[in-house]
Amino acid sequence: MSWTIALAGNPNTGKTSLFNALTGSNQHVGNWPGVTVERKEGRFRSSGDEVTVVDLPGIYSLGAASLDEEIAADYLLRNRPDLAVVVADASNLERSLYLAVQMLEIGTPLVLALNMMDMAAERGIMIDVERLSALLGIPVVPTVARKKEGIEELKERITRSLRENSAPSLSFALPYGERLNPLFEALETFLGERQELIPGLSARSAAVKFVEGDVAVLAAAESSGVRNSMDELLAEKGRKVEEELGYDLQTAVIERRWGFVSGVTAESVQRDLSLKARLTLSDRIDRVVTSRSLGLPLFFLVTWAIFRMTYALGDPLVELLEGVFESFGEWTGEFFAGAGFSEIVSSFVQDGLIGGVGSVVVFFPHIFILFAFIALLEDSGYMARGAFVMDRVMHLMGLHGKSFIPMLMGFGCNVPSMMATRILEQPRDRMITLLVLPFMSCSARLPVFVLFSGIFFGAYAGTAVFSLYVLGIVVAVLAAKVLGSTLFKGESSQLVMELPPYHVPSFSMVLRHAWERGFLFLQKAGTFILLSVIAVWVLASFPWGVEYGSSESIVGRIGQILAPVFAPAGFGFWQAAVALFFGFLAKEVVVGTLGALLGAGEAGLAAALPGLFTPLSAYAFLVMTLLYVPCVAAVAAFRRETGSWAWTFFMIAYTTLIGYGGAVLVYQGGRMLGLG
Amino acid sequence: MGLTCSCSGGNERVLSALEIGEGGVVSKIAGDGSLKRRILEMGLVPGTEIRVERKAPFNDPVSVWFRGYELSLRVDEANAVLVRPAGCAGCSGGSR
Repeated sequence: MSWTIALAGNPNTGKTSLFNALTGSNQHVGNWPGVTVERKEGRFRSSGDEVTVVDLPGIYSLGAASLDEEIAADYLLRNRPDLAVVVADASNLERSLYLAVQMLEIGTPLVLALNMMDMAAERGIMIDVERLSALLGIPVVPTVARKKEGIEELKERITRSLRENSAPSLSFALPYGERLNPLFEALETFLGERQELIPGLSARSAAVKFVEGDVAVLAAAESSGVRNSMDELLAEKGRKVEEELGYDLQTAVIERRWGFVSGVTAESVQRDLSLKARLTLSDRIDRVVTSRSLGLPLFFLVTWAIFRMTYALGDPLVELLEGVFESFGEWTGEFFAGAGFSEIVSSFVQDGLIGGVGSVVVFFPHIFILFAFIALLEDSGYMARGAFVMDRVMHLMGLHGKSFIPMLMGFGCNVPSMMATRILEQPRDRMITLLVLPFMSCSARLPVFVLFSGIFFGAYAGTAVFSLYVLGIVVAVLAAKVLGSTLFKGESSQLVMELPPYHVPSFSMVLRHAWERGFLFLQKAGTFILLSVIAVWVLASFPWGVEYGSSESIVGRIGQILAPVFAPAGFGFWQAAVALFFGFLAKEVVVGTLGALLGAGEAGLAAALPGLFTPLSAYAFLVMTLLYVPCVAAVAAFRRETGSWAWTFFMIAYTTLIGYGGAVLVYQGGRMLGLG
Repeated sequence: MGLTCSCSGGNERVLSALEIGEGGVVSKIAGDGSLKRRILEMGLVPGTEIRVERKAPFNDPVSVWFRGYELSLRVDEANAVLVRPAGCAGCSGGSR
């Protein structure tokens, strides 16, 4: 038989480890329909059964208060997996059980994986597995996913439950007590005479969720036209209950559910998890790490170290890869030429194809290293502390505490930093961070700044370069503020974040995560980058026979048409337009292109550039280079992370407009001040 | 169920007003919408014993210890959580 099961659980419960332990390397990564939340699927075989495991996002509840919860709830209700495994943190059972109880209520057949049993034991927490199983009416299997303990038992238990096709959960009824029950019964009777609000959801569950104000059930009631009748049924009795309790019905339902969870925990766990039972080591670390004096400096130190190490370790590898692709390209070019192919073929292979593949692969080292560090931060528990100490500052800009990490990484390369926005859970925070990231001046822009500043600003070259970095940050902050209060105005931003106990990260998990991210980039963004590189090659090489990128080529002609547009910014000549166009491939290419177009080579630019630029127009050109559309790889990463062409075109358009506007402002403003 | 708490109403404060190390019992979550639901579902329901564990630089966000784990909330968010002093007879643990 073949089955489909879902894997659910809170964040920080070792869910990913368990997923890996269950499915091994037998995994496939995609997206949930219509959104960019990653959807992982894996497979395992056990005693003749083939089981597909769908990994749900890590969530605390099914209340649909976040996109992740909405996805999980929707999948459980509409796709009805044959069974769901809930991963619970044995050292923090109470919190883990809330989700399990919610899943039981909507009639999902469950197996509870009691993970991190070793940590629980270390903290002196004893769980009576049989008692827990009896209280919830579901199988409970203790596991230590990181050490692969209990995995075979879990697989065996899953397939046994699937075969028995038992749905013990259907009989699960949470004791809501004498105040709330009459309300549920009234609604249940009402709903029992009608079609199910949501297929497969019992009238009782629908009644509970209606009283609780569940968004999906309210919407279903609305569209079936029973919302008003149900509201009326609830109105009179409900108000009385609310008055007696002193709080509203939603609070009442969730309070009772927690009451049940606390009861089950109290009966099956020895050693109380009350205020006295603290995790002393974690606490002692936190006293330093989140302290008011050291918290921020320490976080800056950690992120700065990650920044330095990512690029210090990655750059030599990138150079190596670049060298390999360059030599390979030249070699193949010569080979094709020698084999009698026309020049067009050898040029296409060398500059278009191999050059294109090369420009994708060079990003792998940085992505791999950065995500190894990010996995370390997340897995150890430090990421949440970083967000905790940074949130106030970042929130002033309308961002989340965690946004700091991608923003900082942006100074190295926008591509891995855009991918790093995955650490942000809420779509709003991710989108705004992604949209302002291109303004963080990446290292590829530095050669352009340095060359121009050296030629035009002499002793003030350093100040000029520094001012551009500051300008990038200022524009990013302003853009974040404006976006947050306009396009994303209606969407709330929440912190409400767990500070999990620290633990030693698993080395293999870290490597696996880093490899996965790097590989996915090559796979998903690679095609777009390759195609763009080939398109640029076509524009620069045709009509065939002209010199590559010269004034007669397509791109040269476009440059001549566009040149007048740049006149208000002080660089209204076609070479500048073409250089900016090639800068789309990679921003440092701007320098090389200008060198080639002026027939000077990079070394001769010092003599050639002052003929075209004044110091003022040179600075305007640098402002444009800083702010206009990021390179093709960053655009590809943006497209991959947002999953939306519309947002991608918006980003291209608004960065370019801001870049152009900034350049014009600098040039015209400077002229008014008599600088040019 | 349902003991009416003898000291509800008196001395109710918002969570963010508590000092580090100070404890209390949740009496109510104000507001509505997804923030309220989120706070409730994370386990901050009436009757829950809490303690303010730490505050970030600039006193925002705050971090609260309850039900065996630690949760951080922005001051804006913690303002929705009303707390009464711990040790009120018949109040702690809610009405179970």
